[in-house]
Amino acid sequence: MSESPAKSAMQDGLAFERPLNELQNRIDELRKLNVGSHLELTGEIEALEERLKKQTAEVYAQLSPWERVNVARHAERPLTSDYIQLMLDDFVELHGDRVFGDDRAIVTGLASMGGVRFLLVGHRKGKTVKDRLACNFGCAHPEGYRKAMQKMRMAEKWKLPIVTFINTPGAYPGIGAEERGQASAIARNILEMFDLKVPIISVVIGEGGSGGALGIGVGDRVGMLENSYYSVISPEGCAAILWKSGDKAPEAAEALKLTSKDLLRLGLVDKVIDEPAGGAHRDQKGAVERVKAQILGWLQELQALPTAELLEQRYRKFRGMGQPLPG
Amino acid sequence: MAWTRFGKKKDMPGGLWIKCESCGAMLFRKDFEQKNRVCGSCGYHFTLPARERIAITVDPGSFDELWQDLRAQDLLGFNDRVPYAEKLVQTKQKTGESDAMVCGTAKVKGVACAVGVMNFQFLGGSMGMVVGEKIALLCEHALKTRLPVVLFACSGGARMHEGAVSLMQMAKTCGALQRLNAAGVPTISVMTHPTTGGVTASFASVCDLLIAEPGALIGFAGPRVIATTIKKELPKGFQRSEFLLEKGQIDRIVPRAQLRDELGRMLAYATGADPVAAYKPQAVPATGESETPPAPEDDNPKKKPKAKKA
Ligand SMILES: [Zn+2]
Repeated sequence: MSESPAKSAMQDGLAFERPLNELQNRIDELRKLNVGSHLELTGEIEALEERLKKQTAEVYAQLSPWERVNVARHAERPLTSDYIQLMLDDFVELHGDRVFGDDRAIVTGLASMGGVRFLLVGHRKGKTVKDRLACNFGCAHPEGYRKAMQKMRMAEKWKLPIVTFINTPGAYPGIGAEERGQASAIARNILEMFDLKVPIISVVIGEGGSGGALGIGVGDRVGMLENSYYSVISPEGCAAILWKSGDKAPEAAEALKLTSKDLLRLGLVDKVIDEPAGGAHRDQKGAVERVKAQILGWLQELQALPTAELLEQRYRKFRGMGQPLPG
Repeated sequence: MAWTRFGKKKDMPGGLWIKCESCGAMLFRKDFEQKNRVCGSCGYHFTLPARERIAITVDPGSFDELWQDLRAQDLLGFNDRVPYAEKLVQTKQKTGESDAMVCGTAKVKGVACAVGVMNFQFLGGSMGMVVGEKIALLCEHALKTRLPVVLFACSGGARMHEGAVSLMQMAKTCGALQRLNAAGVPTISVMTHPTTGGVTASFASVCDLLIAEPGALIGFAGPRVIATTIKKELPKGFQRSEFLLEKGQIDRIVPRAQLRDELGRMLAYATGADPVAAYKPQAVPATGESETPPAPEDDNPKKKPKAKKA
């Protein structure tokens, strides 16, 4: 059980953060010394800050896809719960799928933000160890997807637009999940989302893990945070199958073209939402503000569309993804 | 979610005998093929190539293939030892198919329908842009003509080589099926061994009727992934058709030998034709496992149907 390859690769995946963190620590130290002293460190602090800013920008501009996957999974990256807390003026959580249970891996509720009301649906990963376990690390069961759809139908009836936050390694692979129709719950959601007569906005805020992500991801507008990823399979899973080795996850991440820029280039998402310098985990509030502004802009845009037009555009968008050659 | 490899080899060229994957019995090839690749000893249903599926399902001579030549683009420049673009060319040469889906219009027991059949021989029946596109085109054709749709799933899931493009085929196919729902056009899904990943989690699970062949592996996650995740042994029969039926996930299990009659019957209900007449066994293109031993005089045009171009 010592040193699983996934773990060591994971640590490597964030190695680029170390010099940045060290520099930040030095700045913090100097700041402490500077308070109420006559050491006149202000100049040095400013110089270091300038250096950190430059270095951060350089490092983040050059991240490999695998490194971005690790940023997307960063422990301090804002989660759906952070967006709820930092972005919304009001939130009323609604529980349960009315059939089997209340999957904590997906949160749903009535949300209010800047005078706009909507239904929020998001993968929930949890903050503490206990929380994370309760949320299955953001891996939802069928009841989670069915809860999402039950609330989305309610939102449709109340004429509330829908905003979904995607952040999951994938839908949960387990016995109960299969028994209760994991595949059919996801498929049903995807199909029904084409029929929802209210605007839908989806934002990939961290991990866009295959069908588990798409199960709440059929949006009129789909945005991706700059350092999030969206993929048909996890880099580890792909590496295990095609390279026969989990160690090859960095190669698989490269091959899968899973970064926000790739998805935009492939026409699979509508927009990349830039993150604050050095990633959303360095400036949670800054990241949340950007997402908020994007959502508000899109909601305004979409609410101007007649329903028939909205649904037609939604279909056309996904219909056009991946055009084969004629022969 | 993505396509993994099921039961390797089994291309079985030549050779008089075939070993059953399930019970290990040695099967006489000719007999085995006459039973449409069903083990005469244990009833195990082997994966059926798409053309053979069509031959035993539709009324002889009724199949008109559509969009036969559509082929994938390598949008990612994917390369895992062999570049994807090259892999596509090789697989086409090997299988004679341009991708993992064969679509067209046909009649089943006299009922006209739109048919799509996945081909496992083409990269594990994995769903990429061609599979997604053909299903969407078939649904759009059915929407115009109001033909009921029958889809045969046989796939390890999404095609990793097309990355998130393949993932989005789940949305493409479900969106197209949703339009048929809105228009009241009937849809039937037949899940065959194996049906997993992104195919199960999209079009295969959202048709009006969900039919499965006996013993087919049907699920979202692959059994190995689940076993690794939960670190437990999986229950016997887990993710097999019978398990899904018991858990309320599918409507019916239909053995291969009865599938054509059953489909005719269900299509008759869907379209207003007479189900009793449609269900009556007629001269079937090939015999299969049934209570009565296969009649030797059964004329058996086990030839691949000549594909017609659209
Ligand atoms: Zn057998």
